[in-house]
Amino acid sequence: MTIHPLPDPVVASGWTDAPPRMGFFTDTSVCIGCKACEVACKEWNAIPARGTEGSSDLAQDFTAMSMDNSMGLGADTWRHVAFIEQRKPLGIQEPGQFHGDDPSGSDVLALAAQGSGTPPSEAGMTPTTPGPAGEFRWLMASDVCKHCTHAACLDVCPTGSLFRTEFGTVVVQEDICNGCGYCVPACPYGVIDQRPEDGRAWKCTLCYDRISVGAEPACAKACPTDSIQFGPLDELRARADARLASMHENGVTDARLYGRDPDDGVGGDGAFFLLLDEPEVYGLPPDPVDTTRDLASMWRHAATAAVTVLAGIAVTFAGGSGRRSRR
Amino acid sequence: MSTSDVTRDGLRGAHPEREATTGVATGRRGRRRGEQPRVEAGAGSSYYGLPVLNQVTWETTDIGGYLYLGGLAGASSVLAAGAELTDRPVLARATRASALGAVGLSLVALIHDLGRPERFLHMLRVAKPSSPMNVGSWLLTVYGPVAGVAAAADIAGVLPRTRRAATLAAAALGPAVASYTAVLISDTAVPAWHDGYREMPYLFVGSGATAAAGLGMIAAPPYEAGPARRTALVGAVLEVGAGRLMQRRLGMVAEPYEHGRSGALVRAGEIGTTVSALAAQVVDRVPGGRGRAAAVACGAALMVSSALTRFGIFLAGKASAADPRYTVEPQRRRLTERRVERGDGSGAEGAGG
Ligand code: SF4
Ligand code: SF4
Repeated sequence: MTIHPLPDPVVASGWTDAPPRMGFFTDTSVCIGCKACEVACKEWNAIPARGTEGSSDLAQDFTAMSMDNSMGLGADTWRHVAFIEQRKPLGIQEPGQFHGDDPSGSDVLALAAQGSGTPPSEAGMTPTTPGPAGEFRWLMASDVCKHCTHAACLDVCPTGSLFRTEFGTVVVQEDICNGCGYCVPACPYGVIDQRPEDGRAWKCTLCYDRISVGAEPACAKACPTDSIQFGPLDELRARADARLASMHENGVTDARLYGRDPDDGVGGDGAFFLLLDEPEVYGLPPDPVDTTRDLASMWRHAATAAVTVLAGIAVTFAGGSGRRSRR
Repeated sequence: MSTSDVTRDGLRGAHPEREATTGVATGRRGRRRGEQPRVEAGAGSSYYGLPVLNQVTWETTDIGGYLYLGGLAGASSVLAAGAELTDRPVLARATRASALGAVGLSLVALIHDLGRPERFLHMLRVAKPSSPMNVGSWLLTVYGPVAGVAAAADIAGVLPRTRRAATLAAAALGPAVASYTAVLISDTAVPAWHDGYREMPYLFVGSGATAAAGLGMIAAPPYEAGPARRTALVGAVLEVGAGRLMQRRLGMVAEPYEHGRSGALVRAGEIGTTVSALAAQVVDRVPGGRGRAAAVACGAALMVSSALTRFGIFLAGKASAADPRYTVEPQRRRLTERRVERGDGSGAEGAGG
């Protein structure tokens, strides 16, 4: 039994003539924590509201976790923005722009005409623009389902409800899921969860409906800083590598890519990240491993154990029949 | 609320703390004043102490009970076949009945735990070896009716040859029913379950054997129950031995097996199994009319101890999923080791690949 026969999950799942594998590159260094992605995701996917810790009272939506009110990914939170306050120096954020006529200054009218979509590379400054060291930094990161190359949720799903789309993404079929809940503890990232009032499992679909008709996912569309970038995975990886190199060049040595490496424990993530600290600071596992990687070995141990107990009990019957030993 | 006034001479009555730097201790009564950064970076850090994993949604009674009943059913079937072949009718009848009852109840527990119970049959719309729950559903689909035929033919007193064939077939499938549930829980990201995947099947079949042995001792007269008494010992050695090995190998991830409510259950199960399995070896020497009562008490203790172990393991898994340390620390150590191997001292690059 080969569980992961091919490195390309789309081909391995039986698709032929599939489009390129699509994914997200979330560059957390330009995230401003506006939660537009969370809101756009909720609206587009018609996800029910949910207060903190499952309460439906949104007035209680206060976690004392910086600006975070959704706490983590789950059945009703498919994009989650994490907020981390740290006593760590980061480039001072200089908000002043020169607004005069000096040709060396910025032309605010031209900037305004350009709209809000200034690409990070052309931005006058970003949160990681180097400057004199401050003493406090605020990390923000929009988390999402990783659409793993080796997706444990999909492997363990007993109904075949979770499936691999032609885009290489992992999607739940809500008309198939019987709410067995197996996928929930199988996910090494704590992404998928069961919706209590509905019984079924839910998670990010990478907007299967939107990307099927050539639109970009709602969160990427809504992100004002292009922190969330959507596209063919190959392109995203190249873009991320370039971004990382330029950040390292500029002295932001903390920057690292997370989930980009196709040789990691889950075969690389379809949705990967640029982080500014260790993954666990953002609530991400530092070295996740596909839960089902050792499954063949697990079955072997189970088979040996079964034979052991069969033999062990058989031995207890050695020494004749019940009637003969009757006293 | 502002308490200061702006005057020509500057600010008057300004609250001294408006100048406070976040997180700096002002030292009054040693208490830290000012706002603290909510997350400290560095070793052992997490996101506000929240778990990395989403908590197991399975009900403890349903799925903890499912693990127990699967073991009881599977091992009962093996005992039943032995009793059938060695002419122990009471032991055979009791274990056949317990196999059917336990597998029936376990199915009820499994279906009850589904978010959409009416969709139970969706389990059988595919055959998927990568899903232990799917494999288990198919296994029970075959095993359940076989165990049912064995018990029904026995109770009705008809078709002796069918009864024997079904009893033997159930015994062939029984060990798989008892051990597959170990794969079921190990094939998750739950640290205490996943990391114990090597020993878990032995522990589970052992615990199933002690439960079935206990049932045999309760139901069968002493002259028939010899194998059940010895099975208690075999089961206890497997259950306690595998459990000990597992805890030793897991290191810090074994903490939920040792501490807290889950740890208490695991230990109670371990002690109960050991003591009652040893007692089972001498119970037939209890003098007078009390021998039978002692055997029943011993059998009940075996069944209860086995259940304690199962629920302890189930809850230990939940406890290990609830604390980010059990997810992060072993992975962090693994990463560090890999980096040392590669001779790569740099901290940041390539974290998590
Ligand atoms: S295992 Fe988790 S992160 Fe990976 S595809 Fe499944 S839900 Fe997403
Ligand atoms: S809860 Fe639904 S999607 Fe998850 S494993 Fe079970 S059937 Fe599959």
